[in-house]
Amino acid sequence: MGWSRARVIPGATAIRRVRPVLGLCRASPGLYRALPGPARPYRVVPVPRCDPVPAQVIPGHEARSVESLCWAAGDRLFGAGLGGDITEYDLSGLSAARGVDGGGGPIWSMVANSTGTQLAIGCEDGSVKIFQVVPGGIQFERNLDRRKGRVLCLSWHPSDTHIVAGSIDFFRVIDVTSGTSCPRSSPIPSPGTAKRECVVWAIALLSSGTVVSADSFGRVQFWDWEQGTLAESHTVSTSAVLSLAVAQEDSIIVGTSTGATYHLQLLPVRLGGLEKRWVRTKPFQFHSHDVRAVAHSPTALISGGLDAQLVIRPLMEKVQKKSYDAVLRKFTFPHRRLVSCARKARLLLFQFSQYLELWRLGSTEETGKDGEVLPLCRMPEHLVQLKSKGPEHIYSSCVSPCGTWLGYSTASRFQLYRVHCDGDGVSLRKVPKVPKLLPPAYQLQFSADSESLFVASARGSVHVFQLLEPGGCKHLHTLRPPSGCSEAVYLLAPSADGHWLAAVSGDWAIHIYNLKCFKHHCVVPTYDCAVSAIAIHPSTNNLVIAYSDQQLFEFSIPEKQYTSWSRTVQSRGLHRAWLERDSPITHITFNPKNPSHILLHDTYLLCVLDKSLPLPDDSALLMNQSTLKQLPETARKRQLHAFKICKKFQPLLFMDLLDKNCLVVVERPIMDFKTQLPLPVQQKKFGT
Amino acid sequence: MNLDKAFKATLSADVYRIHSLPQGGALVLFRGGAVRTLDVLLEAPQQEIENLISAEAIRWSGAFMEGQQPVLIFTTEKDRNFFVYVQKPKLCSLHKYKLEQQGSAKPLCFTAHITNQTVTLLCLYSNNSVYQVLIPLQQNTEEEEEKEEEILSKSLLLNLSVSGAVLKGTSLVVLDKDHIAVLGSLPEPGKKPKECLTIWNTKFQTLQTSKELPLGTSGQLWCYEEKFFLIHGKVLTVIMYKCETSSLAAAVGKLKDSQTLDVSSFVNWNTLEDEELVVSFQSQESVALKAESRMSLRSNRSTVAGQSGPLSVGQLLLRLKDSSNYVVETELKKLMAKAPTPDLQATIGCVVTALTDRCKRNPKFYPQNLLQEIVETRDLSYSLCPDLMAVALEQKDLHLLQMCLERFPDIPEEITYACLKAFLSVSEDHLKSVDVNLDSAICYVDVELNDMEVKTEILENGFSEEMDQDMCDTKIPQESRSVGESCPVGLQKAALLNAVLHSAYTETFLLPHLKNLPAQQAVLFLRYLYYLYVKCSEKVNTTLPGIRSPTINQIMDWMCLLLDAQFTVMVMLPEAKDLLSNLHKFVRAQVRFYSELNKIEGSLRELQRLNHLRESQTYSIEVLEII
Repeated sequence: MGWSRARVIPGATAIRRVRPVLGLCRASPGLYRALPGPARPYRVVPVPRCDPVPAQVIPGHEARSVESLCWAAGDRLFGAGLGGDITEYDLSGLSAARGVDGGGGPIWSMVANSTGTQLAIGCEDGSVKIFQVVPGGIQFERNLDRRKGRVLCLSWHPSDTHIVAGSIDFFRVIDVTSGTSCPRSSPIPSPGTAKRECVVWAIALLSSGTVVSADSFGRVQFWDWEQGTLAESHTVSTSAVLSLAVAQEDSIIVGTSTGATYHLQLLPVRLGGLEKRWVRTKPFQFHSHDVRAVAHSPTALISGGLDAQLVIRPLMEKVQKKSYDAVLRKFTFPHRRLVSCARKARLLLFQFSQYLELWRLGSTEETGKDGEVLPLCRMPEHLVQLKSKGPEHIYSSCVSPCGTWLGYSTASRFQLYRVHCDGDGVSLRKVPKVPKLLPPAYQLQFSADSESLFVASARGSVHVFQLLEPGGCKHLHTLRPPSGCSEAVYLLAPSADGHWLAAVSGDWAIHIYNLKCFKHHCVVPTYDCAVSAIAIHPSTNNLVIAYSDQQLFEFSIPEKQYTSWSRTVQSRGLHRAWLERDSPITHITFNPKNPSHILLHDTYLLCVLDKSLPLPDDSALLMNQSTLKQLPETARKRQLHAFKICKKFQPLLFMDLLDKNCLVVVERPIMDFKTQLPLPVQQKKFGT
Repeated sequence: MNLDKAFKATLSADVYRIHSLPQGGALVLFRGGAVRTLDVLLEAPQQEIENLISAEAIRWSGAFMEGQQPVLIFTTEKDRNFFVYVQKPKLCSLHKYKLEQQGSAKPLCFTAHITNQTVTLLCLYSNNSVYQVLIPLQQNTEEEEEKEEEILSKSLLLNLSVSGAVLKGTSLVVLDKDHIAVLGSLPEPGKKPKECLTIWNTKFQTLQTSKELPLGTSGQLWCYEEKFFLIHGKVLTVIMYKCETSSLAAAVGKLKDSQTLDVSSFVNWNTLEDEELVVSFQSQESVALKAESRMSLRSNRSTVAGQSGPLSVGQLLLRLKDSSNYVVETELKKLMAKAPTPDLQATIGCVVTALTDRCKRNPKFYPQNLLQEIVETRDLSYSLCPDLMAVALEQKDLHLLQMCLERFPDIPEEITYACLKAFLSVSEDHLKSVDVNLDSAICYVDVELNDMEVKTEILENGFSEEMDQDMCDTKIPQESRSVGESCPVGLQKAALLNAVLHSAYTETFLLPHLKNLPAQQAVLFLRYLYYLYVKCSEKVNTTLPGIRSPTINQIMDWMCLLLDAQFTVMVMLPEAKDLLSNLHKFVRAQVRFYSELNKIEGSLRELQRLNHLRESQTYSIEVLEII
């Protein structure tokens, strides 16, 4: 079942460390290139201790491409692109906050200095401009020496005194204080008799004064910046080297347009000797397309590619013991809900970057045995495609359980529609006079009776709308945490009886509101980890919470405390194989037939958690379904445990229970979106 | 079988016994001596059953198949007179015979078998003797019916005396034409008589073996499919047995372990491998040879006995040593006509070894046809007759060598090489007169070299040969071109070489021998292999037509092996140069061709995979069971 198209998120765009676990917080904030061309949504991936923390997404904008991103002044995130603007992002509100025109045409690169006080941008017109990072924005400081030819890449000297700028066929070193280029700009000759131009895609300036350049001929070259002479040249690839990152002055990682990454290290020529040379040590091939961004972490090499994968490759020599840290990790999918389901009407709503698709599920009249594919008596039906107007990408969307309401939100607009299904035809009617509120809506959620709509909003607030027949909408109330909150709400869970609403904000606090009297009910005890999914049990009103470190909690809303089962889980501990999974739980639902069943899913599995069964200990097999199926009925009893895991559907985008014996699963075949990616070998994008 | 479906039929007369026959259904013998087949009886259960034997009481009955006809024999007793009836229910014929009286002794037990239209009835008499009665099964019934009560004469077959004591037999069965088994009791002075099962050799009148049955028996003994069934104490005991060919050595007990009755040892007998049999036979042979001088006294007797049937192995082996060709041939024909038993195989191995020994001693002696026939009809192996191929090589018996190469699974590489060398060195003219099996080569070797002109013009699949060669990127000079196209060896030689290609070998052991192959022969062989390779490549499935024709793998393996062994020589030889370069070009073209095919295969796979992916994208409703 894969009509849904996940949004393609090419390249890891920014990597920051959120939690100062190892004292390395923001020690080396990375700056990595984003895609040239139309803007894509990009995500901030906290990599605290390599936990698979769900990414927070800042929705993209068709007109604003992001070519370069960097952290400055602490954890402020700036982006610059071919639109020529420098944009600061509001990380709590997950939106573009302020934009400043760079004044030099399309911006190809942007880097912050080591203290994060200045930004340098490289522009199409060949200028390098310095901006001062000030509270509340940035301020243009001055222009550095301008030469002909676009500046494709920049790098600050660790002492912030010089900047090296890479262009086509040459690079130059600029003295920041004087603003002049060093006398010798170094032409980079094309190898052999090649008439093609040599594009310097990435450059770095080491404290020793060595310039490292990576070019379109697949070379990584080391230059003396004063003499402009070539010291060493390594041809690492037959195709272009696109990205480069330096760590500790002795480790370089480069990414090529063939999807390979190479690790270069400065090693002594002789053991114990003083003379050192750069040696290409580790080649990796984890990507199928361009590797646009590379970074170091203390124990791993991180690369992001056009194939929408983020790969964390641990450096074995830096990993102390063979543990979970020593495992290669790949992240492909957004840990977000992009599909919503109208259970009663059996509709699925798919959210794409600029449109929504509403489908009616097919049905069958047959039954069968495990694994059988049943003949369809009604084919699935594509009811309607709803295009969002304007360049902004869709932020969130939802369809009501009865299937007659549909809402979506972009960064600046919130739209509500009434869906009329009459026979075969479907008509959408926009609900007029939707109450004005401060967009964007981070999450939309209809109540179980489809009579109200909850809108997750900035500053921890949740708006409650009453839906009126035949097609109206009234703002009822705004729920806010009593203590206030700066971060936006990103997860909502209403209870089936319409009594409670749980909301998770960016600071990971879970607030519970009483909807009968619109009052704040309580806060779930703080657990220092991102919440990846929440849901309220329809009969017990217990809130089930999945954290990104794979812990599961059950919190009784009426009693305002964790349930005894939750305490048991915490004291017993979850199975190790469960805790070591990579992808977080993204959706929780319940089985109306059996109140002890909790249904969970992540990208690679769906799990029926049966609270009535004993928890598995580490010695037991966690994924035991296939074993159980081979056992006779009588022998199964002893092998049963609470986690009933099915890995049949992968990668899993969405799962929900339609009724007591009908489960809908949306798969997203990787091959499907890979075929939509550009060709993997680097092609000339501009030039004469 | 469903016993529930049984139904009852009430008959009008008492039944004595029902006999079942393998193909003849069931025969019902009534107390009155009448016989009906079960089918007839069930059609009309109440039919009238005649009484044939008035006051006689049936003592024993047996049913047999003679051809397609069931034959029922039963014996009756009346006033110490015994009668034998032979009935053929299908022909409605009945013969009544009277048994010759034997003093005061009376028969205790009967058994019968039919051979060559003659019923052999064995009777165990109370005087502890076994008598044999022969009853002919005549076809011309009419005349005979006139006679009443033909009296049957009997002959003494065996006296059941064991070193003075007399076995009181209670039942007997016939095992084969020389052996019977008797269950009886041996009186021991002062003690209870002990019961035992005994096997007797009737030819040599000896007790072959016996087994004590201390728990007592019911006095009954049955025998089916080489197993005895008897009641020993409270249990039914099953004893397996096996009858060896009766031989004097066996009869006088010189044959070790050949006829033990112990159950466990018999189990071993069944699992014995052929090789072990060979060992036992070889030891037996040596025993026989050693006994030769000592047995001279009895030799007269043994020849007398030998005339009646085939010789025992020991005797045969002795005879092979010096008999004339004709005698040897007839004896072996007899031996080979016997039904196949596991030991026969080993016997033949011994025989062949004896023959080859004689060949070695006397080069004039070489029973070619006989050896060929043995190799052809029996699954021999090299190790069973190690000298055979050496003798054949010496005698230049190419046909026998070819057969051995094709059939033996375990020829040493040295011999394989010797054969190859012999085949390569023999002249084509000589081969023309030799009879070899051409099946493997006749289908593809061009017999007439003149055909070549015609052949080149034939378009195969739209491409002429020339075009093919262009594709191979080779411009073969006219003279060497014939190398690739016509067979470098004659049909006979090709067939012989194919036999070599067919034989099993280990590279490591063959390689050192191949190095010794004379250069000219090596080139010739390589030429032939190249020819085969080209022929193979012409076909889509890369197989040559014909029976036992070499496979492409065999050809390639030999080619590599030969090049490995002879490469330095080949490189130096001017006449090998063209061959090598052609070979190189051809192989290169083949490699290119296959790599292209591989690419196509890969592309097709990918297409298939994409198709599959597309399929999996579709919407489906599946049943998912979560336990």
